[in-house]
Amino acid sequence: MSALSGAAYWLPLICAAVVGFAVAMYIVLDGFDLGIGILFPFFPREIDRDQMMNSVAPFWDGNETWLVLGGTGLLVMFPHAYAVVMPALYVPLITMLLALVFRGVAFEFRWVAKPHQAKWDIAFSAGSIVAALCQGFMLGGLLGGTHIELGHFAGGPFDWLTPFSLLCGLGLVVGYALLGATWLVMKTAGTLERRARRSARLLLTGVLGFIVLVSIWTPLEFARIGARWFSWPNMLYLAPVPLATAFFAVVCWRGLASRRVMFSPFYSAVALFVLAYIGLVISIMPYLVPPSISVWDAAAAPSSQRFVLIGVAILVPFILGYTVFVYHTFRGKVRADEGYH
Amino acid sequence: MNAVLLARLQFAFTISVHIIFPAFTIGLSAFIATLLILWQRTGREHFHRLARFWTKIFAVSFAMGVVSGIPMSYEFGSNWSRFSEVAGNVVGPMIGYEVLTAFFLEATFLGVLLFGWKRTPPWLQATAALLIAVGTAMSAFWILSANSWMQTPAGHVMRGGIAYPVDWFAIIFNPSFPYRLAHMLTAAYLTTSLVVLAVGARYMLVGVFQDEARTMMRMGVGMLAVLGPVQLLLGDQHGLNSLQHQPAKIAAMEAHWRDTGPMELVLIALPDEQARVNRAAIVIPHLGSLILTHDWNGRVPALADFAANAQPRVTVIFFAFRIMVGIGLLVIALGLTGAVLWRRGRLFTSRWYLLSVGWAWPLGFIAILAGWLTTENGRQPYVIYGILRTQDATSPIAAGTVAASLAAFVLVYGVVFSIGIYYIRKMIRHGPHGAAVAISPLPHELPNQPLASARESTRESRAQPPVI
Repeated sequence: MSALSGAAYWLPLICAAVVGFAVAMYIVLDGFDLGIGILFPFFPREIDRDQMMNSVAPFWDGNETWLVLGGTGLLVMFPHAYAVVMPALYVPLITMLLALVFRGVAFEFRWVAKPHQAKWDIAFSAGSIVAALCQGFMLGGLLGGTHIELGHFAGGPFDWLTPFSLLCGLGLVVGYALLGATWLVMKTAGTLERRARRSARLLLTGVLGFIVLVSIWTPLEFARIGARWFSWPNMLYLAPVPLATAFFAVVCWRGLASRRVMFSPFYSAVALFVLAYIGLVISIMPYLVPPSISVWDAAAAPSSQRFVLIGVAILVPFILGYTVFVYHTFRGKVRADEGYH
Repeated sequence: MNAVLLARLQFAFTISVHIIFPAFTIGLSAFIATLLILWQRTGREHFHRLARFWTKIFAVSFAMGVVSGIPMSYEFGSNWSRFSEVAGNVVGPMIGYEVLTAFFLEATFLGVLLFGWKRTPPWLQATAALLIAVGTAMSAFWILSANSWMQTPAGHVMRGGIAYPVDWFAIIFNPSFPYRLAHMLTAAYLTTSLVVLAVGARYMLVGVFQDEARTMMRMGVGMLAVLGPVQLLLGDQHGLNSLQHQPAKIAAMEAHWRDTGPMELVLIALPDEQARVNRAAIVIPHLGSLILTHDWNGRVPALADFAANAQPRVTVIFFAFRIMVGIGLLVIALGLTGAVLWRRGRLFTSRWYLLSVGWAWPLGFIAILAGWLTTENGRQPYVIYGILRTQDATSPIAAGTVAASLAAFVLVYGVVFSIGIYYIRKMIRHGPHGAAVAISPLPHELPNQPLASARESTRESRAQPPVI
C-alpha cells in the first residue's frame, strides 16, 4: 500500500467512493419501496394497498437504477472484484434478480389485472421480501470471506450461507420495513398513516435489536473488524457512529410517538441506515472482497477509471438534480385518485 | 451439457427475452412524444387519447424491459467473470455510460410521464416523453457500441491477456458500430411502426376508434414506406462492413463453403455441416458477388479459407439471416403497398390490406431476434472477435448451478412475460380510453347502476372489448 502514491493511490479510492455512494443510494431509495412490499401482508385492504403502491410508483424504477449503477460501477471500476464476487454470491444474486422481476412487474400488472390483482399482491410482497433477504445474505456472505485460488473464486455455491448471513438477511428485511413504514407515515393520511406509525415503532425496536446484535457479533466473529473498532485510539474516533445512531433512534421514536410529526421518522430512519452503512465501510475498508482483495488490487486500468469518473462528475449531478425534481413533483401526501391507471 | 454451453444458452435466453421490450419501447417512446407534440400543436383530442393509451402499454412493456434488463448487468459477472476480467477495462465504461446517460433519464422521467397527468403541465408531459425517447436511443448507442467492440475490437492493447484502452474514440466508434447502431435503431422504429399499424388496422376492421385508427395507420404506413427501403440500404452497408472485418461470418451467413469463382447467391438450401456442402440448394449465379462486392465477378472468402477452429457453425446463422432478410423485404412490400393505397384513397377500405397488416405486428420482433442470432453466432467461436474465445470466458461455476439458474430464468420469464404480453393484448382490445365509440356496456352493467359507477370512478371502465 505504501508503495502506491499519487493517482495509483487515490484513483481507486475515489472510485470506491463512487461505487459506495451508488450502493448507499440504492439501499436507502429502493429500501423504502421494498419496505412497502414487505409491509403488504399487514395491510390487507385493497384501498390501503392501492395507496401504498401509488406512494412509491413514480419512483421505484429510478430507485432500482442505482442497483444497476452499483453493479456496473463494480464492473467498470473494479472488474477483478466483480469477477470474484458475482460467482461467489451466485445463488442469492440470481434469486434476488428473479425476485425483483416479480415485484417490478407487479407495479404495472397489478392495475391491469384488477379486479384479479391478488396474485400480483403476493408477487409484489414475496418478491420484495425475498429480494431484501438475498441482499442481506449477500452482505453476510461477503463479510464472511470468499475462497479464492489463483485469483478466481474457488468455493462452493452455498459458501455464503452462515448463521451470520441469515442474521443479516432478517435484519435487512426488518430495516427496509422500517423505511417503508416511516415513508407511509410521511406520504399517506388517515387510518393508513396511523397504522403505519404503530408498525414503525415495533419495527424500530426490531431494527435496534438487530443493530446491537450485529455490532456484537461482527467483531467477535471477525477479529480484524474487532481490532479496528476496539483498539485505542480508534475507539475514540469511531465513537460518533454509535452515538449518532442512538441519537437518531430517539428522534425516530419520538417522531413516531407524536401524531403530527410527519417527516422526522423517515429521515431519521434513513440516518440510521446511513450510519449502519458507514459502520460497514469502516469495518471492511480497504477491502472490496474481504479479507484479500483491496480496492487497489481490484482496480481497473487508470485510464478506464478516469474515463468513467469524468462521466460521473458531469452526469451524476444531473441525475441527482432530476431525481430531486421528480420527488418534488410528487411531494406531499398521496391523493386517492393519484394513479394513472 | 457443459457449463459453457449452458452459460451461452442462459445469456441467449435472457437477452432474447429482454431485447423484445427495448426493441418495442425505443420506437414507442418516440411515437408517444410525437403524439404529445402533435396534441400540443393542434389541440386535437384524439392525439391525446392515443398518447395516453400507448403510454399505458409503454409502461407495462418498459417495466418488463427494466426487470429483464437488470439481470443482464449482473450476468457478465455471474456467468462470464473471465470475460469481465479481460474486457472490463474497455466494455465496462461503455455500460457505465449507458447507465449514467440513459437508464436514470428513462426511469426518472417515466414517473413524470405516467403519474404527472394531473400534476404537471402538458408541455412537461411532452418533454418527459421526448427525454425518454432520447434516453432509449442513448441506451442503444452505448450498448451497441459495447457489442460492436466485441465484434470488431479497436483502440485497445492486450497486455497479459487483459485489454487496456488506448484510444476511447476508436473504442466507441469501432469499425462496425455506426452500421450496427443505424441498423438496430431503424429496426426498432420499424418494429413499433408495425405494431401501431397492426392495431390501427384491427380497429379499422372492426369499425371502432376510427379517428385513432386513421392516425395510427397513416403514421405506421409512412414509417414503413420510408424506413423499410432505408433499412435495406443500411443492411447492405452493414453486410459490406462485416465482409471487411468478419469475413467468416459472411461466409457462414451465405453458406459459402468454398471460393471457387464468382459467388452465387444461395436463396435457400439445407447446409450440410458434415459434408460441407449445400443440399437442395436454389441459387442465382453471380448475385452473391454482386451484392457483397458490388462487382459481377467479385470474389468472396469462403469458410474453407479459415482455420477449422475459427469458423462459426453454419446452420443457425444461415436460416436466421434468411428469416431476417425475408421479413425485411415483406415489410418493404407492406409499406409501399400501403403508400400506394393511401395515395389512391383506399388505405382504410382495402379489407385485404387491413387483414394482412393486422397480422404483421410480430414481424419486427422476429426479424430483430433473427438478426441478433445471425450476428452473435457469426462471431463464434469468439466472444471478443479474435481476442477471447467463448469457452475461455465463463465463470468458475459448476454446470449444475448454471443449469439450475437457467431453469429458474426460463420458468420465471416464461410465466411473468407471457402474462405481461397477455395483458398488453387485453389493453389493446380495450382500446383508447375516453373514446365514446360504438362500445355499449353490457345490459346488466349500465352506468347508472351503483356497482358499475363505482367501478367507473375507481378505475377505468372495463367496457366490453371489441372483438378484434
